[in-house]
Amino acid sequence: MQVTSPVREPLVTGGKTYKDVTNDIARQVEGKPTVGWLLGLAVALGTLLIGSLALVATLWEGIGMWGLNKTVGWAWDITNFVWWVGIGHAGTLISAVLLLFRQKWRTSINRAAEAMTIFAVICAALFPLIHMGRPWIGAIWALPLPNTYGSLWVNFNSPLLWDVFAISTYFSVSLVFWYIGLIPDFATIRDRATGLRKVIYGALSFGWDGAARTWMRYESVSLILAGLATPLVLSVHTIVSFDFATSVIPGWHTTIFPPYFVAGAIFSGFAMVLTLMIVTRKVFKLEDYITIGHIELMNIVIIITGSIVGIAYITEFFMAWYSGVAAEQYAFVNRMFGPYWWAYWSMMTCNVISPQLFWFKKIRTSIAATFILSLVVNIGMWFERFVIIVTSLHRDFLPSSWVMFYPTITDVGVYLFTFGFFFTAFLLFAKFFPVINMAEVKSVLKSSSEKTIK
Amino acid sequence: MKENKKTYWKGLEQLTNDPEFVKNADQEFPGFTAKKNQSEDGASSRRDFLKMMGFSVAAASLAACEAPVRKAIPYVNKPVDVNPSIPNYYASTFSNGGDYASVVVKTREGRPIKIDGNKLSPITQGGTNAIVEASVLSLYDKARLTGPQINGQAADWASLDAELSSKLAAAGSIKVVTNTVLSPSTERAINQMAERFGDVEQITYDPVSNYGITRASEMYYGTKVLPSYQFENAKVIVSFGADFLGSWISPIVFARQYSKGRKISKENPNMSRHFQFESNLSLTGANADYRTPITASQNGLAVLTLYNLIAQKAGASTAGANNLDLAHLKKAADELWANRGNTLVVSGSNDPNVQVVVHAINELLGNVGNTVDFENPVHYRKGDDSRMSQFVSELNAGRVGAVIFYNCNPVYDFGGGQALAEAISKAKVSVSTSEVKNETAALVQYLAPDHHYLESWNDFNPKKGMYSLSQPTISPLFNTRQAQESFLKWAGNSSSYYDFIREGWQPMFAGQQEMADFQSFWDSCLHDGVYQTTAMEEEATEALSPAGDISAAASAIGSSYKAQASGPELVVYTKVGIGSGTYANNPWLHEMPDPISKATWDNYLTVSQKWANDNGLSMKEGATQMATVTANGVSFAVPVLIQPGQAEGTFGLALGYGRTSAGRVADGLGVNAYALLNAGKGYVSYDITEGVEISLTGEAYRIAQTQTHQTYMGRDFVIQEATLGEYKEDASAGRYHPEIYKDGEFYKPSKISLWSGHKYSQHHWGLAIDMNSCIGCAACTVACQVENNVAVVGKQEVLNRREMAWIRIDRYYSSPEEATSNKELEQAADNPEVTFQPMMCQHCNNAPCETVCPVVATTHSSEGLNQMTYNRCIGTRYCANNCPYKVRRFNWFKYHDNKDFAGVNTAQNDDLGKMVLNPDVTVRARGVMEKCSMCVQRIQAGKLAAKREKRKVKDGDINVACAVACPTEALVFGDMNDPESRVSKMLKIEENSTEAIKEVNEERAYHVLEEINVSPNVWYFTKIRNKDKNEA
Repeated sequence: MQVTSPVREPLVTGGKTYKDVTNDIARQVEGKPTVGWLLGLAVALGTLLIGSLALVATLWEGIGMWGLNKTVGWAWDITNFVWWVGIGHAGTLISAVLLLFRQKWRTSINRAAEAMTIFAVICAALFPLIHMGRPWIGAIWALPLPNTYGSLWVNFNSPLLWDVFAISTYFSVSLVFWYIGLIPDFATIRDRATGLRKVIYGALSFGWDGAARTWMRYESVSLILAGLATPLVLSVHTIVSFDFATSVIPGWHTTIFPPYFVAGAIFSGFAMVLTLMIVTRKVFKLEDYITIGHIELMNIVIIITGSIVGIAYITEFFMAWYSGVAAEQYAFVNRMFGPYWWAYWSMMTCNVISPQLFWFKKIRTSIAATFILSLVVNIGMWFERFVIIVTSLHRDFLPSSWVMFYPTITDVGVYLFTFGFFFTAFLLFAKFFPVINMAEVKSVLKSSSEKTIK
Repeated sequence: MKENKKTYWKGLEQLTNDPEFVKNADQEFPGFTAKKNQSEDGASSRRDFLKMMGFSVAAASLAACEAPVRKAIPYVNKPVDVNPSIPNYYASTFSNGGDYASVVVKTREGRPIKIDGNKLSPITQGGTNAIVEASVLSLYDKARLTGPQINGQAADWASLDAELSSKLAAAGSIKVVTNTVLSPSTERAINQMAERFGDVEQITYDPVSNYGITRASEMYYGTKVLPSYQFENAKVIVSFGADFLGSWISPIVFARQYSKGRKISKENPNMSRHFQFESNLSLTGANADYRTPITASQNGLAVLTLYNLIAQKAGASTAGANNLDLAHLKKAADELWANRGNTLVVSGSNDPNVQVVVHAINELLGNVGNTVDFENPVHYRKGDDSRMSQFVSELNAGRVGAVIFYNCNPVYDFGGGQALAEAISKAKVSVSTSEVKNETAALVQYLAPDHHYLESWNDFNPKKGMYSLSQPTISPLFNTRQAQESFLKWAGNSSSYYDFIREGWQPMFAGQQEMADFQSFWDSCLHDGVYQTTAMEEEATEALSPAGDISAAASAIGSSYKAQASGPELVVYTKVGIGSGTYANNPWLHEMPDPISKATWDNYLTVSQKWANDNGLSMKEGATQMATVTANGVSFAVPVLIQPGQAEGTFGLALGYGRTSAGRVADGLGVNAYALLNAGKGYVSYDITEGVEISLTGEAYRIAQTQTHQTYMGRDFVIQEATLGEYKEDASAGRYHPEIYKDGEFYKPSKISLWSGHKYSQHHWGLAIDMNSCIGCAACTVACQVENNVAVVGKQEVLNRREMAWIRIDRYYSSPEEATSNKELEQAADNPEVTFQPMMCQHCNNAPCETVCPVVATTHSSEGLNQMTYNRCIGTRYCANNCPYKVRRFNWFKYHDNKDFAGVNTAQNDDLGKMVLNPDVTVRARGVMEKCSMCVQRIQAGKLAAKREKRKVKDGDINVACAVACPTEALVFGDMNDPESRVSKMLKIEENSTEAIKEVNEERAYHVLEEINVSPNVWYFTKIRNKDKNEA
């Protein structure tokens, strides 16, 4: 038993008992859908439907439906891809890295963050798939499968192939990790349920019996998976950044990308977790579990990663100047003052300047400010990827090929599709799965004060 | 196994052949007699029902699965010279009015698919231009007439001939309206009509007229000829608005000559100096060393001033008083005089008075006989503007009985064509032989469509003593008939035109000694496509006697030209791609970016940067405004294009657009600038100096340009150039030598590499591009399009920046001299220097595209090529993003067999158009990447041919389509492993090395973007300008 100081701020407020925890969280799963939830689902499904039209148009007519051109071969597609992958980072970071660092406050948010990760990675994975000219064969040929073409393999030199491995590994590990964590909670719901619900949650809980040995195994598996997942937190976005860093295009060809991308990913991931959690705690009345303390801690992570990202931006500029490479220098001047200056300055404002507001305790403990800034950060991070991809490509080496990129309605539609999917999936998760890890939260109830136990 | 001879019986009954047994022997279950096929009442049994249902379902589903029938019909008797997959080549001649090129036609399985230049021709010397290259698609044009018509109704030839023979005989005065006819046999055929009908007159006009020169020759020398020019002999060239590299008279010939005078090497570091005084920035002006923008109304005075400057030096009398002070004009005069005898002055003006002065200048300079040759005149322009306009009024007055339009379209392309449109109905008989129902043909009673030139026999006499033939390369696709044969028919001569030509060539046969019989002579001429003889000359040309006095011309100039323009002036010009507009229904020509403006699918008003600034107009990504142009009483709305180099106060508008009856591709594109022209002054004037009004309407418009960024941003890693003086001092002048710092030392980028490199043990293909020779004419881009089945995507997709061209010509303007910031560097100078850089896949040895493809769809060949495997490509576009030269092209849509592109990509959508496709090159599917393959199909064919002959591939066996088409030999392709190859010698490749990265000793040769060490197999040679110092 850990010795805890009575002066430590409680991680769960409201003097919750174990039973309260179970009731508060299982209530959402067991009760009737609320009007708010139904409305939310309707909006999400509507977005999904509208987005599907764009998706179908892309698959039916071709990539020409997007605004891409001879010079800008990637734009919204890969911007969205990197953005969603980045968002997906928070889940693993919270569940794996913070678990290893014994950060107990993570228990209230890890479940939702992991779910968010899974859905975000699915959204992200959509883009590499549909951005291909011929996805119907590309989806298969991008995998190193035995084939009848002689010894025809994939190109192990290609960062895109590394992406395939990185994303699929990350997705599988995150999914397993998330699901393992869900098992004890499913069992709790099963035990409280009757009828069909009992059968379904019974199946989902894999026959969990709550025995000490089961718990022990559960803990071990969690630790092992956390160990496996931790390198992934660093590797996924590192590998995504290789798509750019290994190329020859000014603005892409930069060794700083791996750490910069990882920091940016955590930055945007935490922002997205905040966005979702602030809404969830309000709607599901979970203010005692997701406290201001949680929000403040996450905001601190945002300040740190936001500052890392800011330093990375400045370093890039320094390197461009210091390198003496004219094309590289131009690429960066063009970011600031070229035709896409507004994207660059949006990125700078949203990512570097606005998170600094969290130095003020008042702001970082304010729900409203946090919510707004979390949205701002995600907008900024989208612009960061847009700036890197589009403004680097649109004016590279030969001025004869310099172009502008203008998105089409289909570009917007496909992005909407992923939003529709993400929120549909998240709402379904929030309704049918316990949004907070009951088992783990119970383990931290005592950590602040013995008095909380009645 | 032993044979078993034992017999077994089912029972005694079988052994005894019991009749009862035999009766039931064929039944499976004798005891249980099968149910009868038909039940008692005749209805189908259950089993039958199942059988029938099974059959029907199977049949129905089989029928549904049936693959579409694709016809591949084998020959019953194989023609002798048609071998599947083996191309045949036939020498022939392209001629469109007076536009001429001797060509070689490549046919595959009986279909012409590619036009190359004929190297045996002493005139065009293997050169082509964009129009010639693209003309093969016009053969497969859906707009072509499929048979004769009478009053709009399909008819047969017999009834048309019967009606016409009698009607023509009764018509009285017959006029045959033609563009320049280069064919002596055609003229004889017309004369045959004259013999039968009596009053037959041939009236010749040219859509783009050079009547001014022939008229001036008549005025000055007394003989109405168009001299031939020798640009290669000229050390100083001064051109007043003559776009001799792009559109003036015979640009293919001039480009070849000009480039000879511009090729330099260490051994021969001399090149011609070229001054250009012009209003619009023409292709020629873009290549000039010194270019001075002048207004159209200064044009005549500028020529006169030059005359006076020269006359002062020569001690001759000057003429006219109003001397202009133009930049570089005095310098031009000094240099002309210093090099007199070896200089050339030309003018694009159609004003005979100006041309008289030009003749006089050349006479004063002693150029006549050297660079200007009246003794060996050319026949490209025989048109007579004044006779033609007189004819229009005669027709209008009802004094013409019958009019035959021989392959011409004056309603569209003659200044004053509108009057003609109304007058045609006044002739009793009107006939057109056009291949398509063009603007003129739509108004006539009888359509007797001619063959396309690739289906025709014909002969040509482009220049004194020079002859060539054209021969059919495919049997006629439609029920058309050679126009000359029609003429003969109507004249009552039943011989075929083929026999008629042969008959006409008898004197030539008689005039030679080498061949003993006519057939051998004929075969040899037909094989070569060209023949040179003096046997046909009726009489020796008289010695020239210059009039000497130009005072009349000078005073005429003095009264019609002004030093200061009184208002806006419009200069109507001819585009390199569309030309006179005859071939406007050819999508390849529309998709070909204009060499200067890089605009496609449009004509537009070119305006100066100053005018645009004054009117608050700027262009971004082709977004501009419409303007209303009013001139000569005609008003148009046209989009505006800001053109650096455009003379202030002048505006340019191209001919060839605004077709209304050309076919699906051209109809409705742009405006018809011919409508602004007239022959009021006795010649068609292309300079409208009075009464021009131009105002912006404010209506937004987008011009589809393939290049919207004008300058090269001072990037010496892209464009490396120097002046001739600098080059003479240091052959590597203008070169940029990037160095990479590593471990305390500076290295050439190629010395530092991650890669172990390739070894090319056999061939190592390379391309050397001389930027000094490239004039930017874009013949290569069309040749590539034809050769490689490159899709046409249409205006909207060009606007979306998705053109598919595998080779493009980057055109860069210089920035203003004082430019330092990026913003200023982006602006083109008001009168910029222009650089052309052909850009295609650089076939990098360390190719950035190859490493990033996840599925190895783009790989390196053992001969140095970067190859695309379309079948393997999944379309991630990573290769295109990572290509520093941005030469990769993605199939954003399905461009073939897609009704959305049927209107523009005719070569890949309709059955007729598809006949032009090169069967050796895949038509790419949607979603795959493509790019220059260095004509790998030609390399393969060349290697196979050499293998069959059991020898090594020789230099020259294989050549890429762009290099073949190039009229200036700016592109040289070859094997860099072969020390004897032209490319090796040009680059001075150090040793017989099989290393991928070749060391070259030619100081001018450089790699674009050398510092990123992708190590291309394409080399560029620095651009050298013959300027005294670096100045714009």
